[in-house]
Amino acid sequence: MPPTSAPPAGLTSLVLLVPILLPLVTAAIYLVAGWGRRTVWLSATSTVVVLVAAITVAIQVSDNDPQSTAGGLLRADALSAFMLLVVAVVAVVACSATPAHLRGEISAGRARPRTATRHSVLLQVFLAAMTLAVLSSSLGLLWVAIEATTIVTAFLVGQRRTRAAVEAAWKYVVICSTGIAMALLGTFLLNYAADRAGTGLDWTGLTAHATGLDPGVTRIAVVLLILGFGTKAGLAPLHSWLPDAHSQAPAPVSALMSGVLLAVAFYAILRIKVVADLALGAGFARTLLAVIALASLLVAATVLIAQRDYKRMLAYSSIEHMGLLAFGAAVGGPLSMAAVLLHMLGHGLAKSTLFLSAGHILQTTGTSQIGSVRALATRAPVLAGCFAAGVLALIGFPPFSMFASEFTLARAGAGAGLGWLTAAVFLLVLVIAATLVGHTTRMLLGPPATPTPAGSGSAGSTPVGTGAADSHAPVRGAPVPAGALRGGPGAATAPRTLPASTAVTLVVALAVCAAVGVSTPPLAHLLYLAADVLTGTR
Amino acid sequence: MSEAVFVELLSLSSGIVLLTAVLVLWRRELAMVIRVFAVQGVALAGLVAVLAVRESSAELGIVAAGVLILRAGLLPYLLGRALTAAGPQRRETRPLVNVAASLLAAAGLTLLALAVSAPLVALAPSPATAAIPVGMAVVLIGFFVLVTRRRALSQLIGFLLMDNGITTVGFLTTAGIGLVVELGVSLDILLAVLVLGVLTGWMQTAFGNTDLDELRELHD
Repeated sequence: MPPTSAPPAGLTSLVLLVPILLPLVTAAIYLVAGWGRRTVWLSATSTVVVLVAAITVAIQVSDNDPQSTAGGLLRADALSAFMLLVVAVVAVVACSATPAHLRGEISAGRARPRTATRHSVLLQVFLAAMTLAVLSSSLGLLWVAIEATTIVTAFLVGQRRTRAAVEAAWKYVVICSTGIAMALLGTFLLNYAADRAGTGLDWTGLTAHATGLDPGVTRIAVVLLILGFGTKAGLAPLHSWLPDAHSQAPAPVSALMSGVLLAVAFYAILRIKVVADLALGAGFARTLLAVIALASLLVAATVLIAQRDYKRMLAYSSIEHMGLLAFGAAVGGPLSMAAVLLHMLGHGLAKSTLFLSAGHILQTTGTSQIGSVRALATRAPVLAGCFAAGVLALIGFPPFSMFASEFTLARAGAGAGLGWLTAAVFLLVLVIAATLVGHTTRMLLGPPATPTPAGSGSAGSTPVGTGAADSHAPVRGAPVPAGALRGGPGAATAPRTLPASTAVTLVVALAVCAAVGVSTPPLAHLLYLAADVLTGTR
Repeated sequence: MSEAVFVELLSLSSGIVLLTAVLVLWRRELAMVIRVFAVQGVALAGLVAVLAVRESSAELGIVAAGVLILRAGLLPYLLGRALTAAGPQRRETRPLVNVAASLLAAAGLTLLALAVSAPLVALAPSPATAAIPVGMAVVLIGFFVLVTRRRALSQLIGFLLMDNGITTVGFLTTAGIGLVVELGVSLDILLAVLVLGVLTGWMQTAFGNTDLDELRELHD
């Protein structure tokens, strides 16, 4: 559908092209010039410009009507604008921490400048695919964009080429491609139903003609689409790729994958739910999403209790939060939908901070075992502080925004007559919060690692396997001195102190997360407009 | 083309698509499986061509040619190259489910596909939509191959089988889904296969073979 707006709107809608084209241009520059002294900060600069464009789009959309461009292929309503904002904000965080991360990897001999170049190119293409996904005006193009993210990130996940990384990349591509193939089948079937109802796959047409869609076909299509995109969003039952991929990917990539890629896939589910609710009544998608939400939370809770690897811990926590989003979507209604969107933003900021901190902890200590990282608070206070604040944000502590969104979700759930479901969901959320705090405390406080894991009280559940990882470090020196853990073969040689750029990034991200939680006025208007899109009232 | 000829050709091509899917379950030499997969690609292209002639649509004719090049030429070629790179292990030695049980499962999955597709056929009864269960059956058989085979390459073929089934359903329901999306879908599939091919190579260097039983590094 071609844009029929007045000339000024047609001109301003070109802003929509920036978030897609600029990352591609940046990728091309990296491809030609390579990663080096002059291009180190290019990717961060480019994402800042994308963020400015995203803010412009958000302002335009909240004042005027939805914008569309590129012959109607791209369209931004309030929901797309908000998602674009989430992608851009987390991209800025991840890309600002990338130079320090890559330098650390290169100086530790785990990467070469060529790896860094490839990393930068793929990361920018990845960003372009995500912005295309949230800005595409039709389900078909959204599918193409989300599949493209799988292809690009596969190489980023397997970047280190170790056995574990290759295994994670293989599982990631096979499981996600299968899920996304299900979504493709669902797309074809929805197209079939839409064709009979006299429309295409564009979101406006689908919502406008939703009541004319054949219920039998639409029901099959919706199940396939929600399960398919749910795979990519890390929701049960096809979540098993997520902990592997997120724990093996380089830190900035994990930050983006966990912080926004999951949210972008979930955005597809939200859009489909609008159509499903109109075509099939609210009950169908609600039941499906409620089951998926409970299953995801159960998986996360059971695995987290005995988790020994902190990157996997963060990954399972992402499954938890996606489950929480699915719960919010199941509840429905403007209040709950606004909370879901706010939760996406808060989770994106907190989780990217945590993955970036975790990446630095890994570079510093050379181990990803919770039991081997001890007394981080005394060895690296800033890093430990950011990690602790991130975990607090994650479990919904005020002033961080997830407190507001989780509280609202609980209230909306109870108000919508889903008392038992809400109780079960938040019981699981509490259990998970307790385990996260427990694991984090073990990492930050406690005595420095000792040669025999069983010797320190909190390590009751530490299996024999981690003993080997623990043992080499303290043998080389007194337990207390910083750097004692750096001696092991293949262990990290990264600077022990947090690079200034990373520290600033982490603190700013956490501050934004808190600011959004304390006061949302500039965002609130957009949030409610987007929630209106999601309840089909706009 | 008369109605009778159209229905005959449609049945023939969709029949071959289903038959080749079952053959993939039956044969274990990977080279043979790739050849069967190529035949399926030809049949799928034939199906699209029949639809193109029926609707006298030049666009659909071009798409048919594209399907032929991609699914009967390029993808089998890439698979074949990955097979030569994979070294001496050219057989699916021990699938999780043996051949006889697999064939029984294929029969069951075809029945399931018939049951699931009932509302799809009912929406717009015509010779083309009557063949939708075939596409669905191929999707299910592909998924079955994907979860029961242990060689990386066999899993790849399962995934492509699924994709062929999905494409069949796509063309039988509505003649294509818009050229941009069609192009995007084909490009994505091609890239996914290339990515998996590269990963197979990495796996070969990291593990020494492509047996997925070796993938035991990551667990909780």
